Amino acid sequence: MSEITPDLVRHLGVLARIQLSDEEVERLTGQLDAIVDNIAKVSEVATAEVPATSHPIAMQNIFRPDVAGEQLTPAQVLQNAPDAADGRFRVTAILGEEQ
Amino acid sequence: MTDLTRLSAAALAEKLSAGDVSSVEATQAHLDRISAVDGDIHAFLHVSDHALEVASDIDRRRAAGESLGALAGVPLAIKDVLVTTDMPSTSGSKILEGYMSPYDATVVARARAAGLVPLGKTNMDEFAMGSSTEHSAYGPTRNPWDLDRIPGGSGGGSAAAVASFEAPLALGSDTGGSIRQPAHVTGTVGLKPTYGGVSRYGAIALASSLDQVGPVTRTVLDSGLLHDVIGGHDINDSTSLAHAWPSFAAAAREGASGEVLKGLRIGVIKELPDSGFQAGVSESFRAALAAMEAQGAEIVEISAPHFEYGVAAYYLILPAEASSNLAKFDSVRFGLRVDVPGGTVEDVMAATRDAGFGDEVKRRIILGTYALSAGYYDAYYGSAQKVRTLIQRDFDAAFASVDVIATPSAPTTAFKLGEKIDDPLQMYLNDVTTIPANLAGVPGISIPSGLAAEDGLPVGIQFLAPAHEDARLYRVGAALEALLVDSWGGPLLDRAPVLGSNGGSR
Amino acid sequence: MAKDKLMDFDKALELFEPVLGFEVHVELNTETKMFSAAGNPAHESNHGAGPNTLVAPVDMGLPGSLPVVNETAVRYSISLGLALGCSIAPSSRFARKNYFYPDLGKNYQISQYDEPIAFDGEVEIELTDGTLITVPIERAHMEEDAGKLTHVGGSTGRIQGAEYSLVDYNRAGVPLVEIVTRPIFGAEHRAPEIAKAYVQAIRDIVLSLGISEARMERGNLRCDANVSLRPRGQEKLGTRTETKNVNSMRSVERAVRYEIQRQAVILAAGGTIIQETRHWHEDTGTTSPGRPKSDADDYRYFPEPDLLPVAPPQELIDELRAALPEPPAIRRRRLKADWGFTDLEFQDVVNGGLLAEVEATVAAGAAPASARKWWTGELTRIANAQGREASDLATAADVAALQALVDSGALNDKLARQVLEGVAAGEGTPQEVVDARGLAVVSDDGALIAAIDDALASQPDVLAKIRDGKVQAAGAVIGAVMKAMKGQADAARVRELVLERAAQ
Ligand SMILES: [Mg+2]
Ligand SMILES: [Zn+2]
Repeated sequence: MSEITPDLVRHLGVLARIQLSDEEVERLTGQLDAIVDNIAKVSEVATAEVPATSHPIAMQNIFRPDVAGEQLTPAQVLQNAPDAADGRFRVTAILGEEQ
Repeated sequence: MTDLTRLSAAALAEKLSAGDVSSVEATQAHLDRISAVDGDIHAFLHVSDHALEVASDIDRRRAAGESLGALAGVPLAIKDVLVTTDMPSTSGSKILEGYMSPYDATVVARARAAGLVPLGKTNMDEFAMGSSTEHSAYGPTRNPWDLDRIPGGSGGGSAAAVASFEAPLALGSDTGGSIRQPAHVTGTVGLKPTYGGVSRYGAIALASSLDQVGPVTRTVLDSGLLHDVIGGHDINDSTSLAHAWPSFAAAAREGASGEVLKGLRIGVIKELPDSGFQAGVSESFRAALAAMEAQGAEIVEISAPHFEYGVAAYYLILPAEASSNLAKFDSVRFGLRVDVPGGTVEDVMAATRDAGFGDEVKRRIILGTYALSAGYYDAYYGSAQKVRTLIQRDFDAAFASVDVIATPSAPTTAFKLGEKIDDPLQMYLNDVTTIPANLAGVPGISIPSGLAAEDGLPVGIQFLAPAHEDARLYRVGAALEALLVDSWGGPLLDRAPVLGSNGGSR
Repeated sequence: MAKDKLMDFDKALELFEPVLGFEVHVELNTETKMFSAAGNPAHESNHGAGPNTLVAPVDMGLPGSLPVVNETAVRYSISLGLALGCSIAPSSRFARKNYFYPDLGKNYQISQYDEPIAFDGEVEIELTDGTLITVPIERAHMEEDAGKLTHVGGSTGRIQGAEYSLVDYNRAGVPLVEIVTRPIFGAEHRAPEIAKAYVQAIRDIVLSLGISEARMERGNLRCDANVSLRPRGQEKLGTRTETKNVNSMRSVERAVRYEIQRQAVILAAGGTIIQETRHWHEDTGTTSPGRPKSDADDYRYFPEPDLLPVAPPQELIDELRAALPEPPAIRRRRLKADWGFTDLEFQDVVNGGLLAEVEATVAAGAAPASARKWWTGELTRIANAQGREASDLATAADVAALQALVDSGALNDKLARQVLEGVAAGEGTPQEVVDARGLAVVSDDGALIAAIDDALASQPDVLAKIRDGKVQAAGAVIGAVMKAMKGQADAARVRELVLERAAQ
């Protein structure tokens, strides 16, 4: 068995900003536990001498010249805004601090 | 007059350029077909209300003597994962209901520039997470072969649209098999290009290092034609390959002669388990190999010892990247907002994401958040990235001795709607044969190999080639396709039940 | 907000050793953003742009959008790394730092994590008394800035008590280099001054490279100051606080002093310091607690899959190294020796921020002492009086030309000051001002002799004294002549002629 507990799932919900109900936490705990048991086997073959691959096709130094190009009009920026004021997006009060 | 919807895109394009048919006529025929059958199939989330205008513009330009692309005037269905300026783009999610993109995905822009006529946006598992299209927030798509069965996923809408003759061509995206597995269960053709072969710009990201956009069609040639339109380097996607690609349509035409099969070395993976594969799927696979062998191909047993870790690695990498890619859906700039009276913006974000995401999406976000969190990264995400290296090495070793690798495209034929929905693990195993290509970035194609004896449902065979060798897949795929269609006496889809406005075959 | 108790600074230093650390964010002044082709608000030409007018899809995290790295931002980052004495990584990578905040369009920041572009450097800083201190640099990495939040409602305009907030994504995606120091030991009572000098040194470096506007009041340069105290004799480091976004050099100095005094009280009373971010308040000169470090700081870093490694070829690094300007600290040392200034004279120039001006004036032909005199004297006086920058009042060429006029005897000191005023008022070059105002020294001996003879005639007693050999008595006559000539005479020549006429 893996170490997935309801408390861990609840914590992951906070990190992922998903308000999970108790029922969801319970269901996810069981499902994740089963999934993690199955996927944990990657560590069997992932030995220290095997390098990690983060891009399937190895490339490097892909750059864009520093030349102004397409940007959105303010109307396009705001076209899907759930709420806006003064040309900006509007959100309700912020509790936490900036990072 | 012939039913325009039954024509391949290549044949329709010929009629259009010869002036036998107008794009308006072709487009209207497909819109009529959608009206007639989509109530049953539900392949489309949105049907364009100006397709005919676009078509008539193409007709006007053609009449004016403008030189147009090979597919100009041919209708195209677009998976809803691709953003479009003139139709909503939801990626199958409630959280993006009604979302209008201020820009077109590169593949969409290229299709428009080539004169294709967007018909509408096709259904999909929410954010492309699934193998059945049952995870769409807008209801499932049904398999035209049996309306009680799944059309595959995540791109079930695109596959069902072409299989039910609602569109000759469609665009899909493939993160772990989402183009190839739907092709397998619907008797159609689907190709996942080499990673970077087609731009991801404007494809709503699921797992950035795995996602590829590709063609969904009824014939190999049609795939090649569409791939020629959408492929090639794009400065807006850093992972796009600056590669000089050959014409894939030309490769398909060349392959159709069958010459390519002479001396072709086809690798068959010895570790691929017999168990877990439906008998009819294995039989169809072996029969296809035998047919190729009879034309001079050589079947070579190869070893890919790390493929069995592919599913596990995939279900770590995908959720990890997805958990980050889907963080942008937070109610601030676009999409759903669930108000929380007296709540802070954090509360609003959390409530919105709870209400806006379906169960499978939440499951994978939580799993990915776990796989990336401090203390687990090395064991999970880090290890999965190492498995990726091992799988690439397996491919390298195999391709040293074979030209292509062949596998069944998926373990079973189309299963019943609801059959696996409550068992995520079983659902995940559907992708066992398609996932390695995404992990390694190599191209893969699924073409119909026949029907399973036990249920009469379509089966696909998958070919894999080394990175950059997409053209090889078109040659081999077209060769086998020609052979099989000849032996069947016509396309496999001719044997699909007739759908009608009265409810089809349910 | 409860008022913090503070310990006397010297007393705090008696009990505790302060350990400092800095994270400085530099906004690069590229034309476009780090990952998009939208205009960069940190580029002078885009200053003051309206909200959400400099936004590309990726800056606000639109579905389907992708980042592409700005080549110039990479070059600037390498140059800055080299100027900080860092090694440039043969291969570095971008990573995603995942956290939710409304100013972050994607809800992750593209940054660099375990593979920064530059690492292991050092910066030499100079205190006002000329002491040199080496600050060890751990790393400099590339990342993107976040958007801007405006808090509306409530009384303070701060987060607390605001009813709602407005988000502008112009700043989102502005290229940043974050420079992180290693812990700085041995600062002792100079800790506040070191903090200020360090930020000044970074500012000098980025300005000499021309890669940032470096205006702290605009947020082009932002400093987070880490301060911890440990009891004298203790090996283990104390718990540190991180005071965020201190936006002037003077504030950096004050904030460090404040934190030392605040932490000392708590530790001396047996309390513990909470590891937290703190906010600096310019108005009250205090810090207040922000967010404590917690589980929520699990940023789930992983390599950015949308971007590829940056592996600068050695030729590029060599090219950028060859193009580096002389390091500011070394340049200062060289100039001081070349000019032969005393410590005090040199500090005067440095503290006035007039090093480049004096250097250019010397290069234009003026003697170092004269160049220093004009810039730190008359020009600084006018600038202070008008609330302007001395460097805006005149060019080095103007000052050198002015001094040449003095040297040739065409102007005396008093006239030269008037000419400079004209130059500062935009009346043209010194020669143009001289011509327009008619300020040339009278060099016509005839006119001078007439004035001298008048003066001698009206002061016969003085004439007698001069004739008696009391040469210093000539001063009174010279004064009268200068007055008669309205100052437009060369005093030395007048003196010569007075003695000549008196002898006749
Ligand atoms: Mg920091
Ligand atoms: Zn930073």
